[in-house]
Amino acid sequence: MIEALSYDFVQNALIAGVLVSIASGIIGSLIVVNRMVFLAGGIAHTAYGGIGLAVFLGIPIFLGASLFAVVAALIIAFITLHHRNRMDTFIGLMWAIGMALGVVFIDLTPGYSVDLMSYLFGSILAVSQEDIYYMGGLLVAIMIIMTFWYRDILAVSYDSEYATLRGINVPFFYMLILILSALTIVVAIKVVGLILVIALLTIPVYIAERLSTTLAKMMILSGIFSSFFTLCGLWFSYRFDIASGASIILVSAGSLFIFLLLNRLRLV
Amino acid sequence: MSIIAINNLSFAYGKQKILENIHLCVEEKDFLAIIGPNGGGKSTLLKLILGINPVQEGTIRTFGEKPTKNLSKIGYVPQNTNVNTDFPIKVIEVVLMGHIGTKRPLFGYAKEEIMCAMGALAQVGMEQFAEHKIGNLSGGQRQRVMIARALCAHPQILILDEPTASIDIDGQKQIYELLQLLNKTITILVVSHDISVILNYANKVVHINKRLTEHTLTLQEKTKAHFCEVELFNDIKRVGQL
Repeated sequence: MIEALSYDFVQNALIAGVLVSIASGIIGSLIVVNRMVFLAGGIAHTAYGGIGLAVFLGIPIFLGASLFAVVAALIIAFITLHHRNRMDTFIGLMWAIGMALGVVFIDLTPGYSVDLMSYLFGSILAVSQEDIYYMGGLLVAIMIIMTFWYRDILAVSYDSEYATLRGINVPFFYMLILILSALTIVVAIKVVGLILVIALLTIPVYIAERLSTTLAKMMILSGIFSSFFTLCGLWFSYRFDIASGASIILVSAGSLFIFLLLNRLRLV
Repeated sequence: MSIIAINNLSFAYGKQKILENIHLCVEEKDFLAIIGPNGGGKSTLLKLILGINPVQEGTIRTFGEKPTKNLSKIGYVPQNTNVNTDFPIKVIEVVLMGHIGTKRPLFGYAKEEIMCAMGALAQVGMEQFAEHKIGNLSGGQRQRVMIARALCAHPQILILDEPTASIDIDGQKQIYELLQLLNKTITILVVSHDISVILNYANKVVHINKRLTEHTLTLQEKTKAHFCEVELFNDIKRVGQL
């Protein structure tokens, strides 16, 4: 293990894992308390269309995926505010169309056979220096936004009708939460892949929710749990030579079961 | 000036008329109860008064102006405070949401805001629960916290939508006694189907089922309240049979 730490790509993987874990702890908390998990799934799969487009045009993957994810987030925000009762239908549509577009774009790219699996299940060992800057920048932006607008985001998440009556611009904050979710999902895809991203955004968060009296505490605990699961998952991945994304999720799920068991036995 | 003045108000969702020709005045220090069957338009009327639904026909004036102008003078306690009990939030944070945010600092809450929120919690007798998670309280305690949230902005009128819907009998009595106490300084408007309880506290009762029927209860009339109650029950039963 020690000798592995001297490799650049292992160091990058560890840094990226922690950065993404903290970001997904904060944003995952917002997704869970706002009951947006299915929306996050829709955004993650729509983002695959952006990955395909980026490969086709030869632009950075993060750029293409972020573009698609943010547009998906804006469409979802619009549907939620105007056609809430048909939301599941529209999200299902976007989910499928995004994936289909991604597959077609990659087929159309001449002479390039991209490894689809690396986007479905993550490729944390292929994180570059630029990726880390992007992840770090996003985390800083999330922290600044959460610090200044915490009370508004809390009010909108807890009781949006009341927040409206107190003069808070609810559609703006709802859109902000969705856009931050979209950007976080894109970086989380790099770590665990788009199939598993929902697990990373919900499992540590669920445990944290049970242990928290405030949203802020839930976000911090989620970040800590998520980082721990990611680092453990990476170690298992290295030790037993298994896929890192799946390994991280199984560590998280195993921990969740242990937590629920202890909870049932009233030990936590 | 009336606190709320409603003139010739009608409202429809699509083609379905919900409210028709409503006239209603709420004066200072009134304790007004709005009763009526489910789907009779009570909650819709509240949403119109709060400016959540736009006025289609007729006029509503709160403090002499359009409903959206004076929201800071209105304290609102919504229905269903039992949803979302998993949400990790402390009682004090819920109450702090009641502030309109004029004194807000760059981040977090101002000292005055916290003092004010604690004061509102003391008013409803819940100050010792400030640091508790809201989901761990009973239905009645949670409802009192919601009243504190509404009191936080020092409103001149308190509007409550079915405040005792999911609370046990003791809790209901406590809520109404609290409202009676608050009524010494502010106007109260309660929507409820809980006729028997409300008649002991309200000074004005209106019955809404698309149209509005007024029952003013003076002290002498309160002795006749039982008769009134029976009549209203019959109204509701009739609607039920239709």
